[in-house]
Amino acid sequence: MAQGDVTLGSLEDIPADLWEECSACHQLLYSREFEAALWVCSKCGYHKRLTVEQRLATVADEGSVQELFADLPLADPLRFPEYHEKLEQARQKTGMDEAVWTGLVSIGGHRVGMGIMDLAFIGGSMGWVVGEKVTLLIERCVEERRGVVMFCASGGARMQESLVALMQMPKTCAAVGQMNQARLPYITVLTDPTYGGVTASFAFLGDVILAEKGAAMGFAGPRVIQITKMKIAPEVQTAEFQYEHGMIDLLVGREQVRDTLVDLLEWLVPHPVDRQSSGSGVSVG
Amino acid sequence: MPKTEQRSQPQATRDPWEIVQLARDPQRPYTLDYVNRIFERFVELHGDRRCGDDGAMVVGMGFLEDQPVAVVGQQKGRTASERRERNFGMARPEGYRKALRMMEMAARFERPLVTLIDTPGADCLEDSEGRGISEAIACNQRAMFALPVPIVSVVIGEGGSGGAIGIGVGDRVYMQENTYYSVIMPEACAAILWRDPSQSVRAAEALKLSPGDAMRLGLIDGIIAEPGGGAQADYDGAANLVRTQIVGALEELRPLAPEELKRSRYQKFREMGKPE
Repeated sequence: MAQGDVTLGSLEDIPADLWEECSACHQLLYSREFEAALWVCSKCGYHKRLTVEQRLATVADEGSVQELFADLPLADPLRFPEYHEKLEQARQKTGMDEAVWTGLVSIGGHRVGMGIMDLAFIGGSMGWVVGEKVTLLIERCVEERRGVVMFCASGGARMQESLVALMQMPKTCAAVGQMNQARLPYITVLTDPTYGGVTASFAFLGDVILAEKGAAMGFAGPRVIQITKMKIAPEVQTAEFQYEHGMIDLLVGREQVRDTLVDLLEWLVPHPVDRQSSGSGVSVG
Repeated sequence: MPKTEQRSQPQATRDPWEIVQLARDPQRPYTLDYVNRIFERFVELHGDRRCGDDGAMVVGMGFLEDQPVAVVGQQKGRTASERRERNFGMARPEGYRKALRMMEMAARFERPLVTLIDTPGADCLEDSEGRGISEAIACNQRAMFALPVPIVSVVIGEGGSGGAIGIGVGDRVYMQENTYYSVIMPEACAAILWRDPSQSVRAAEALKLSPGDAMRLGLIDGIIAEPGGGAQADYDGAANLVRTQIVGALEELRPLAPEELKRSRYQKFREMGKPE
């Protein structure tokens, strides 16, 4: 497996999409093998940050994906300097409408609501649209009596929407409360990295909270820590620290995420009639 | 929804940066200064029944016009030792869980809840991370939506982000005239967005953190005037104005049935920030 002997010089001669560099240890990885390993580095074990498409490929039953709520308007409630342009650029760059994807998917035959956040869209930060999509998804699932699985990845609340962004925290917490009252399962998966307003709202309210191994997480984001010169050791802001302190139910490697979700849903999903049989098994790589 | 805006005088036009400075003025009345002036026979309660007490969060039982109310608020200190004891108003998980105890007691004994917000932000150092500061703040928000009693929240100084909203889910939310409410401190915003802390003044403007802006954005229900010269110049006068607003809000809310209260609280936060 060692590709350490490949030099950058020789890389220029081969198609770029054949190889991918691990962003943690800089090991060059053969793309097809990297994908088959669900984008976990074979050398250092780093779990690469995934696009929505990649995340869906790792957990959703084939052909089961239905996107919802992708047509909300761009929100710039404060008319914050340079923000509208930033939103437009993020849309072009990522092809996403906002920092969270929402929809319905089947996992091992269980039809559930799913949210997937993407760091590539303004740091996965939560403004009105993200809060609204998460809330709409949960409200829809309460209505249809489905569970929700939320893949979290976020720099926190979005600065450019300030107080409006902050108010997405209570809004999403309230929505989770509706799920709890309806006795429907709500599972969160914290992925690298999850910070700030997202941790202090819907991320840490899961009936069951999973975290991918090695994921960075914490209440204060790294930039804020840096600027305010607070003394917080890097190892504090990790999934492992949160797990050791009882804040997370399970630390999982990415290859276990889907099977773990299936087991949890088997236990949690209230009525057998809610189950839909559809194709099982994930095709990845 | 009735918007009650009370003022004893026209608001001086202060720029946002000036408001931030006033909100942080160490001579401003803090939570206990208000509590002792607004509520009769206040009994402070201590401890989260799990691991500790938190001086940055004050909770207790008091009476307002002979009606029993539950009170929760962040507390800052003035002297060096008080500041340490109060952790500069930055509450830890123990503080939020103590607040949750008070909220649950308010629900059980059917007493309205008043929360006073004054924090630069929640504590986020190692101990707080290890005891679940994010979880504590998230749980409080969720719990506040389930409270079957009226909730009135007042920003009396700094409305610092998640630390503030952890006790800030009110049926009525007010800000005093010289206070701010923001997702991030303007200094940090400037440093992150423009890599230049000297742009703090510009950040304070861009963040729309003043009471007037929060009102225009439909995020609060009213602005409570301060005595001439500001709250720091007249504690009794400032407390009277806050008290009047709380009494008025509770009068409006008291007739509402618990289900109606919870439903409209959900709707209120559900609608915030919705594009026109």
